[in-house]
Amino acid sequence: MKELRYLQGVSTLTLDVPTCIGCGMCSLVCPHAVFLVEQKKALITDRDRCMECGACARNCPVSAISVKAGVGCASAIIKGWLTGSEPNCDCGG
Amino acid sequence: MTDKPLANPGATSGSCCSPSREPGAGSAQAGRPGERPGYRVWPFVSGWLATPVGRVPQVKTNLDAGDRFGRWQMRWGLGRQRYRVAPGLYAVGNPGPGSPVLVSANYKLSFDVLRSNLPGLDAWLLVIETHGINVWCAAGKGTFGTAEIVHRVAAVRLPELIEHRTLVVPQLGAPGVAAHQVARGCGFRVVYGPVRAADLPAFLAAGMQATAQMRRVSFSTLERLVLTPVELTGILRTALWAALALLFLGAIGSGGFSLAGALQRGGAAILAGLGGVFTGAVLVPLLLPWMPCRAFAAKGALAGMALAFGALAVFGPRLGWLNSTALLLALPAVASWCGMNFTGSSTFTSPSGVEKEMRRAIPLQGAALLLAGVLWVVAGF
Ligand code: SF4
Ligand code: SF4
Repeated sequence: MKELRYLQGVSTLTLDVPTCIGCGMCSLVCPHAVFLVEQKKALITDRDRCMECGACARNCPVSAISVKAGVGCASAIIKGWLTGSEPNCDCGG
Repeated sequence: MTDKPLANPGATSGSCCSPSREPGAGSAQAGRPGERPGYRVWPFVSGWLATPVGRVPQVKTNLDAGDRFGRWQMRWGLGRQRYRVAPGLYAVGNPGPGSPVLVSANYKLSFDVLRSNLPGLDAWLLVIETHGINVWCAAGKGTFGTAEIVHRVAAVRLPELIEHRTLVVPQLGAPGVAAHQVARGCGFRVVYGPVRAADLPAFLAAGMQATAQMRRVSFSTLERLVLTPVELTGILRTALWAALALLFLGAIGSGGFSLAGALQRGGAAILAGLGGVFTGAVLVPLLLPWMPCRAFAAKGALAGMALAFGALAVFGPRLGWLNSTALLLALPAVASWCGMNFTGSSTFTSPSGVEKEMRRAIPLQGAALLLAGVLWVVAGF
């Protein structure tokens, strides 16, 4: 099946290459294979595949990755707009 | 229900769902093994394993009719919002000190999926407290997280039971878990397991190695299909109020306030609205990969437009231009809204992207609906 892709150029993912120690965690945890680690350095192969789940940033031992992680539910975002708080989704399933 | 962590699941019947009384009369038990006054043993418990840290419930690896019914209820939004099993330690097969430890959320459906994929294996299941929320959502909130894993490992006295120092954590829990901090907190190394529990046997057989394929989330037609009932029932609850409003507005027309108008015009408007809901909440998810545009709101609008033109081809001549224009505006707007809401269930949309498309789409949807409403009410006179 062809790969599903979302909007281009919106992901907040950034990688600080000098800090990276090439441990490989980011490429391991990413569910969309955004990272490649080559010659002890991580590399963002395709930023537009990133869904901003935050797994890479959370598991990077040297905090070389930053991403504004959050939930993508429309209703949560509306609630966030109305209350001025961070979107928080209440998905049960 | 108790939220109290079960420090010794074996001794307190860790798999019970509703302890209504203090335990204590444990020795006066009669009937089935493991039964205690005031507790009910889950049907998935097949026996009890005596271990150095107390008795651990052994769970079955097949799902029975009750498990399937529970899953069906959750899919259709009929069950309780939270469907949890008690956190703590469970056993599959006859695990020993060298068996793998698999970490899971305490959402009953996640737990069911996990155990049903482990027939013939010996493993420990470390179920952590996520308040009945699945791994992915709980990790996003941080309840499936570093602190809870560290706490639970100590609470069930895992180090006394297990020789090795490895936890298999589902990869989808990674947004909430920092592997290096878990190691620092409790001495256990986190190995991320495959995305799908179905790949666990192969992953374990390969010495805890996941293939690239096991690490990618998919979003197959079937996976999308099972999400549509929840989507639909969620929307239909709100739609009920809209339907009442439409019946009321439909009753107002040139002939004053009439029941015939309510049924005829209100009914037609409700049908159009339902068409929009169906398009956005069922067709968009199903046809997702084959639809043009990347924004879900746009996919919904396009599909809604197609349906509206189809409906006009059939009923157009009888509707008049006011009603026809209203239909052409309202149906795509509703479909667009419902399609946009499906972003929350998808496995590849980013919050920044969803927010961006919402900022653009909501004003358009609102304007289209408002205009449609005005045209439609005017058409009644
Ligand atoms: S997790 Fe961090 S240190 Fe490790 S490879 Fe990725 S960016 Fe580099
Ligand atoms: S935020 Fe998630 S999807 Fe994006 S790169 Fe990191 S792990 Fe991958």
